[in-house]
Amino acid sequence: MSYIHIENAGKTFIENDTEFTALSDVNLDIEKGEFICLLGPSGCGKSTLLNAIAGFDLVNHGSVQIDGKEVTSPSTKNVTIFQNYGLLPWRNVIKNVELGLEAKGVDKDKRHEIAKKYLKLVKLEDFENSFPRQLSGGMKQRVAIARALAVEPDIIFMDEPFGALDAITRMKLQDDILDICKNEKKTIIFVTHDIEEAVYLADRIVVMTPNPGKVKGVLTVPLHHFRDRTSGDFLLVRDKIFDLLNMKLEDNIEYNI
Amino acid sequence: MKKLLSAKNVIISILILIGIWQLAFVISDYSEALFPSPLMALQALIEMIKDGTLLDSIAASMYRFAIGYGLSVIVAVILGLILGSLPRVFKYVDPALQLLRPISPTAWMPFVVLLFGIGDLPAIVIIFIAAFFPVLLSTVSAVSKINDIYFRVSDNFGIKQPALMWKVILPAAFPQIANAIHLALGSAWIFLVAGEMVGAQSGLGYQIIDARNNIRADILLATILVIGLIGLLLDFLIGLLEKRILRSWGGEN
Repeated sequence: MSYIHIENAGKTFIENDTEFTALSDVNLDIEKGEFICLLGPSGCGKSTLLNAIAGFDLVNHGSVQIDGKEVTSPSTKNVTIFQNYGLLPWRNVIKNVELGLEAKGVDKDKRHEIAKKYLKLVKLEDFENSFPRQLSGGMKQRVAIARALAVEPDIIFMDEPFGALDAITRMKLQDDILDICKNEKKTIIFVTHDIEEAVYLADRIVVMTPNPGKVKGVLTVPLHHFRDRTSGDFLLVRDKIFDLLNMKLEDNIEYNI
Repeated sequence: MKKLLSAKNVIISILILIGIWQLAFVISDYSEALFPSPLMALQALIEMIKDGTLLDSIAASMYRFAIGYGLSVIVAVILGLILGSLPRVFKYVDPALQLLRPISPTAWMPFVVLLFGIGDLPAIVIIFIAAFFPVLLSTVSAVSKINDIYFRVSDNFGIKQPALMWKVILPAAFPQIANAIHLALGSAWIFLVAGEMVGAQSGLGYQIIDARNNIRADILLATILVIGLIGLLLDFLIGLLEKRILRSWGGEN
């Protein structure tokens, strides 16, 4: 069986006495070391699916298994990176990176050493004594990435991590994250609504559509790292996604009477 | 420059207050013994400083204040953190708190004197009550308003109680708690005087009653001024502390 195994997973909410289906009948298998993007418009259930795999909000139909075990709660082995960073504003950068290590019971000197190593990896070694409020959005997200990597997780969940950043910073961080996961060999599940971002990053793209949230199709991206955003192959994959999302224009037929 | 300007504001504001007082003294026909002028109050103040009674009173009052207010803040914050983390329990505690909260601390006074007698304790109890409810309720509300993302992050990294309390909940709620502690200081100081007027044989509140009994309105007004000045000073000091805390906390903005 594959590393992450999702079978007939669904989630329904009851709101004002009416049942609302956020996610319906998802079947998905993810292998170790894959970079998966969950792509779709808002309301397609991509974050719901991510939260279910991460253990924050469990599904109420079907099953979600990691490494053969049903997911029932968040695990310290899998770390989530949020869009709004989730840094603790009263701790400086290095103390934020050390947070997960403290809970693991790593002693002080070792913690410091590990945190320094990962801050260097995200190129923030000169900011270890700064506070989150003094950093730009991109830098904050890099601190969050360093904090996640510091506990050496098996899986990293990313919930629209670059959604609040400007386009140029976002591209830079995309390159950084590709670099990092090539070196660290993590399984990454990445939620985004940005088609280009998905094509640029993913090994496989799970395209989702809303009402109810479901998987429309899974696309393998036949490109290798480093990808050229303007190459023909890149555009071809984009084109396929447009197709899946029904965003291509129909041929217009003109009637002349 | 800004500091100089605000010093100017303070001086002019107080001069106007004294001016109104002097004017009221001149146009009213109360006897001097009942309604003294600012100058007479100043002379009484100097007299009290010289014979040491003022310092004794301030020391007695500050001692009660420090104990009553300090204990109240500590107990209220700890209890607030616990109740804030247990919303289901708080639902049962809240109605009782809401019943007790609107009762003026002075209403407890006769009861407190009956139980504890005259001395330091009644004033301490009154100050305790005055600061307790606002700090407790603010702490509970601060904890309930903590951004959910901090709990998700803690959950994810496996941070459990009691570390969760002092690593995440207390610091996340602290700016709002600090604000409540600041506001409670004012009301605690107000009720210190009330407590001492009824239940003590020393302190600034007692000095007011004593001055009335001896028909020394000049001492009475001088004491009132001292109470105002100390209240202002305490508020200023804790305001500085609060600002400093908020700055080091920063927040995401």
